[in-house]
Amino acid sequence: MAYTEEELKKELETKEYEYGFYTDIESDTFPVGLNEDIVRAISKKKEEPEWMTEWRVEAFRAWEQMEEPEWANVQYSKPDFQNISYYSAPKKKDKYKSLDEVDPELLDTFNKLGISLEEQKRLAGVAIDVVMDSVSVATTFKETLAEKGIIFCSISEAIREHPDLVRKYIGSVVPQKDNFYAALNSAVFSDGSFCYIPKGVRCPMELSTYFRINQAGTGQFERTLVIADKGSYVSYLEGCTAPTRDENQLHAAVVELIALDDAEIKYSTVQNWFPGGKDGKGGVFNFVTKRGLCETNAKISWTQVETGSAVTWKYPSCVLKGDNSTGEFYSIAVTNNYQQADTGTKMVHLGKNTKSTIISKGISAGRSQNSYRGLVQVNSRAENARNFSQCDSLLMGNNCGAHTFPYIEAKNKTAQIEHEATTSKIGEDQIFYCNQRGIDTEKAIALIVNGFSKEVLNKLPMEFAVEAQKLLEISLEGSVG
Amino acid sequence: MELKDKLVSSFPAIGDGADTRSTLHRIRIEAMKQFEYKGFPSKKEEEWKYTSLNALLKSDYSLFPEGKNKLDLEDVKRYFIHDIDSYRLTFVDGRYDEELSDMAHEGFDISLMSTAIENPEYREVIERYFNKTVNAKDSLTSLNTAFLKEGVFVRIPKGKLIGKPIQILHFSTGNGEALMLQPRNLIVVSENAQVQFIERHQSLSDHEVLTNSVTEIFAEKRAVVDYYKIQNDKLKASLIDNTYISQEGESNVSVHTFSFGGKLTRNNLNFYHRGERIESTLKGVTILGEKQHVDHHTLVNHAFPNCESHQDYKGIYADRSTGVFNGKVIVEREAQKTNAFQQNNNILLDDRATVNTKPQLEIFADDVKCSHGCTIGQLDDEALFYLRSRGIPTKEAKALMMYAFANNVLESVRIPEVKVRINKLIAKKLGVDMGFDGE
Repeated sequence: MAYTEEELKKELETKEYEYGFYTDIESDTFPVGLNEDIVRAISKKKEEPEWMTEWRVEAFRAWEQMEEPEWANVQYSKPDFQNISYYSAPKKKDKYKSLDEVDPELLDTFNKLGISLEEQKRLAGVAIDVVMDSVSVATTFKETLAEKGIIFCSISEAIREHPDLVRKYIGSVVPQKDNFYAALNSAVFSDGSFCYIPKGVRCPMELSTYFRINQAGTGQFERTLVIADKGSYVSYLEGCTAPTRDENQLHAAVVELIALDDAEIKYSTVQNWFPGGKDGKGGVFNFVTKRGLCETNAKISWTQVETGSAVTWKYPSCVLKGDNSTGEFYSIAVTNNYQQADTGTKMVHLGKNTKSTIISKGISAGRSQNSYRGLVQVNSRAENARNFSQCDSLLMGNNCGAHTFPYIEAKNKTAQIEHEATTSKIGEDQIFYCNQRGIDTEKAIALIVNGFSKEVLNKLPMEFAVEAQKLLEISLEGSVG
Repeated sequence: MELKDKLVSSFPAIGDGADTRSTLHRIRIEAMKQFEYKGFPSKKEEEWKYTSLNALLKSDYSLFPEGKNKLDLEDVKRYFIHDIDSYRLTFVDGRYDEELSDMAHEGFDISLMSTAIENPEYREVIERYFNKTVNAKDSLTSLNTAFLKEGVFVRIPKGKLIGKPIQILHFSTGNGEALMLQPRNLIVVSENAQVQFIERHQSLSDHEVLTNSVTEIFAEKRAVVDYYKIQNDKLKASLIDNTYISQEGESNVSVHTFSFGGKLTRNNLNFYHRGERIESTLKGVTILGEKQHVDHHTLVNHAFPNCESHQDYKGIYADRSTGVFNGKVIVEREAQKTNAFQQNNNILLDDRATVNTKPQLEIFADDVKCSHGCTIGQLDDEALFYLRSRGIPTKEAKALMMYAFANNVLESVRIPEVKVRINKLIAKKLGVDMGFDGE
């Protein structure tokens, strides 16, 4: 039976957010509002040393002076920062040694997410640092990693156990005063992940964290710090989901990557936070600052698949400070219904012979707006800098928009920069071709979108690629152009 | 006194003798208010991120130059494209110079803005078109509107093909002081009419000159307009050129901008579509040296289906020069089947030269073909070697390659004499004695 467009649309509209469930775990939540006392209280709660408390307070004071940025091509009602609870932790705070000790309800949540810890442990060999509403509850494979000297723990633990490392590097790539949301994050970050790979070590497994926003009315302020010492290699995965909630939830994370000489960091993200209902109600605000610093011969590669969030505002960047360093950015951003995404990257070429590649694929459907905003900057001392950028947009239906804002600034005559962008739709003939061969319209679209995104999907680690492909399908079902 | 304050306090002077009840007067009062409110744009504004006017605003400009300097045609002849038969409109220090002009014509209007404003015969035209395409929020355009005094007024009636191009020349002599000029042009090309323009601003003084020009062009159904801007001014002259073009169905407008001179040049070129099957062409060649700065800001607003726009800007930057390109293409929801192409290629010749480019697309319709491409690079060493191994000296070889780089834009110039002139200017700018015409 023919599957008509109408039916597809209907199905899509009624399709509920698959991960929209709410775990009833007793949480330890702070009163709403933000002031210096709250900042100090968060720090105290986490038993942080004096310098960390002061660092937070300094950031908070800077934040108070700052104004919320408005330059992004997104529209939303601004979050009321005094109406958010800045700390929420599952009540049982004991550390678990094995999964059996974990609250079964929590485990159930993970199972619904399809990231069964046992499964992951056994099959994928992934060590997951699960962050649920701000506090790490389970860290696996820690012992295997410890053998190699790799530190992989929550940032609060790192502040306690490895204060020298944290103190040296935190805020070195994304300073406290970098921007409005980075300042807010620096003041109130509740938890996050910390990773240190010692000299010359190749991390034997993909490191992974899962973020989930659970408690109503809580903001998620993650802080991730990854340090790859000289000659080391690490691949880091991050995945995010949030249950269905009507009010908008705020997520303002900061991710700092430091790749010292000859090191390589591969950072992959799959983000499918609740995008809001089909009428544009609710959804997560995702305002994230991600930046990496490359020393000599180092390489940082960002790969992201963005299918969620009501409003996304995210620019994973690379500062190519050392000579011969490389920055890469591969991105797929899918928006549907009333989603808005303003995402892209910054490649700042400072060292000689630095290279950067940007591949960005934007897919807009429904009434969504999808923007690519990127900066390629070649400074006057960056001899022989090389950049290649490609941004392609796919539009489905004429109620959505695709926008490109590439900024290219060159101050060196040896710079070679190429940028190209195209905008197109899924051709009726392409769909017809598939239909003829017995592939229904929905599958055909998935097929075409998959082909369109292949360049980026290929960059994802195996475990993620499968999930990402599925996400693309879910996000776009029925959006015939 | 700051320039802004000076302008604001000088404003009433210009109203003397004007009909205070007219629509025009009201428009100017509004415009002045807008300028007073917004002031000169600063680098904090997104549209002015890469171009700072601060250095220009420091000079004490004379706003209403008094004495009229006499210019001899022989002295300034070289600034005209003199080897073609053309209509000439010449302005010296903002005033119309009859002796240097030639506008003997019949069957259409080539006239002056001042005449159009004062003559009741044109009231209807002025009320219908004047200030209708401009961005009333733009402070520099508002400033020009407020200080409206003189400029070109051209109206081509239905079906008229103008055989000779119209040359517009603005000379500034300065009288030994810095000068600010604000010409205002209005061009109405009616249905099926065709016309060509060549525009040039030239300073003859050794003092600072700041020109803030506004041109409005209305191309009605099936009209064809071809506009060439030659910018090769002295290093003390700056130009802010605001051009607003309104196109109706099946019209074809192309604007070529050749920027080789001047201290700071800012071109705001805006195309608004008001019908289907429109074609717009925006092309430019920029070759800069020393501390020159050129900023091309283009906007093409596709609002109707089946329209096309082509943009191609080439830039070559040496010494400490700066080039800016900001091309914005907006495709509105209704504008299905739009073809919009944008290309910006740049060559950097020195480490102190800078290129900032931002080819921007905003697309709201799905069935469109839109693309943009942008490159920054250098001359190919192997190609250079190829030429040198055939006995062409380095300098000439480089000039040849740069000429070839810019040739795409030159190919679409439809007046051969203009092309010859541009070729000569390019050769001069590149410091070689070559004819690129194969003569």
